[in-house]
Amino acid sequence: MIKTVGLRKSFGHNEVLHGIDATINPHEVVVVVGPSGSGKSTFLRCLNLLEKPTAGEIYFDGQLITAPGVNVNEIRREMGMVFQSFNLFPHLTVLDNIALAPKIVRHVSKDEAEETARDLLRKVGIADKESAYPQELSGGQQQRVAIARALAMKPMAMLFDEPTSALDPEMIGEVLDVMKALAVEGMTMVVVSHEMGFAREVADRVLFMDAGLIVEEGPPAQVLGDPKNPRTKAFLGKVL
Amino acid sequence: MALDFSIIPGIMPALLAGAKMTIELAVISVAIGFVIGSLVGIARVSQNRALKVIAGIYVDFIRGTPLLVQLFLVYFGLPTLIGRPVPPFIAAISAMGINSGAYVAEIVRAGIQSIDRGQTEAARSLGLTSSQTMQYIIFPQAFRRIIPPLGNEFIAMLKDSSLVSVIALEDLLRKGQVVITRTFRPFEVYTVVALIYLVMTFVISKLVSWSERKLKAVGQID
Ligand SMILES: Nc1ncnc2c1ncn2[C@@H]1O[C@H](COP(=O)(O)OP(=O)(O)OP(=O)(O)O)[C@@H](O)[C@H]1O
Ligand SMILES: [Mg+2]
Repeated sequence: MIKTVGLRKSFGHNEVLHGIDATINPHEVVVVVGPSGSGKSTFLRCLNLLEKPTAGEIYFDGQLITAPGVNVNEIRREMGMVFQSFNLFPHLTVLDNIALAPKIVRHVSKDEAEETARDLLRKVGIADKESAYPQELSGGQQQRVAIARALAMKPMAMLFDEPTSALDPEMIGEVLDVMKALAVEGMTMVVVSHEMGFAREVADRVLFMDAGLIVEEGPPAQVLGDPKNPRTKAFLGKVL
Repeated sequence: MALDFSIIPGIMPALLAGAKMTIELAVISVAIGFVIGSLVGIARVSQNRALKVIAGIYVDFIRGTPLLVQLFLVYFGLPTLIGRPVPPFIAAISAMGINSGAYVAEIVRAGIQSIDRGQTEAARSLGLTSSQTMQYIIFPQAFRRIIPPLGNEFIAMLKDSSLVSVIALEDLLRKGQVVITRTFRPFEVYTVVALIYLVMTFVISKLVSWSERKLKAVGQID
């Protein structure tokens, strides 16, 4: 579904990704772990071209999306993204947050967009909040709205950048539960997360990144339980 | 010579007519300024180099030159170019509107830049184009933040509009001058003129802080 070949990204003279080769298969859940500053967010943001790669190729659904002339807006609508800081639209109600993009990007009718939005709100467990504004919700509820907002575009894949890092501990579970349900339904997911429990339970594969490279990858039991690379060992020794 | 405020009732109708003209000028100018300023403000934060540079030159030129000179350029200068006179009212709202546009552009730019980058990223990640993101996400949020500075701009225009009295437009200050030629009471008349300006700016500043509170109350400003 997503494939990167020799993906590099520099900010000015500072190269942050040094050639990433990664494949994410359809219906696969891939969890990306690694120390702070290793380039996890940059990697994820390159996938939907929120950051423009400096070199290398990205294929999405068979298409080379780093080719010149590709309409990035058409690519992005097929990849939902969930941010650490939620980034809900504060001037819109919960319902409008979710229904806006389908209406103006996919030209779905207002009624249909709102009906889909309500279905999604039920799915993430906050059907009663549709007319609230984001700042009236708890962090966990906001993040669930953000997931619903991304799903409303009916994307082929979902990218999560530390979706629970900004949450109070008691709210982490409710967001992870929504993500687990998505995984069970077969959504293709790339998740940057420090939640090792989630990785063990839900991930099909774990990528360990360090200093701009993928240094180890494999099933969670292997990468997290019996790491080969000394840097993976050192990192896991710290977080566990 | 003793002060004589007994002339006030007699001069009020003329001064109030002038005040009406002053308000009209300020409202129309700031309205023109808002349209120009929104477009120029957006141009200043756009990706397009050429647009950015042109918008920047406009803003710098207007803010770096006196409004009175701009007014003279339009009223006295332009007619020699186009070969016919520019009516005073048209000259006034053109010069003031174009002037206001530069200040509003800076207000709009600051408003847009005050919106968190995450808003743009979230919108773009949903597939919105950059202009859809501006229209549906950034501008509506920025607009709430620019209402107070826009109110201040309106107050500034209300005061600066007194400059048009030099091109014989019958605004509040000009009416005052006319009344003085009749009453020979400059101190009393200018005092009343000043007080009328004060009342107008005071009312507007109260309206601005009321709208600010109102927007905070619905929780859509942080
Ligand atoms: N927009 C940017 N401009 C310049 N440097 C950047 C930018 N974004 C990221 N970087 C740099 O790239 C490196 C990798 O950052 P990135 O955010 O991808 O790391 P990360 O693995 O997600 O870290 P964290 O766990 O802290 O989120 C860092 O050194 C960071 O300073
Ligand atoms: Mg990060």
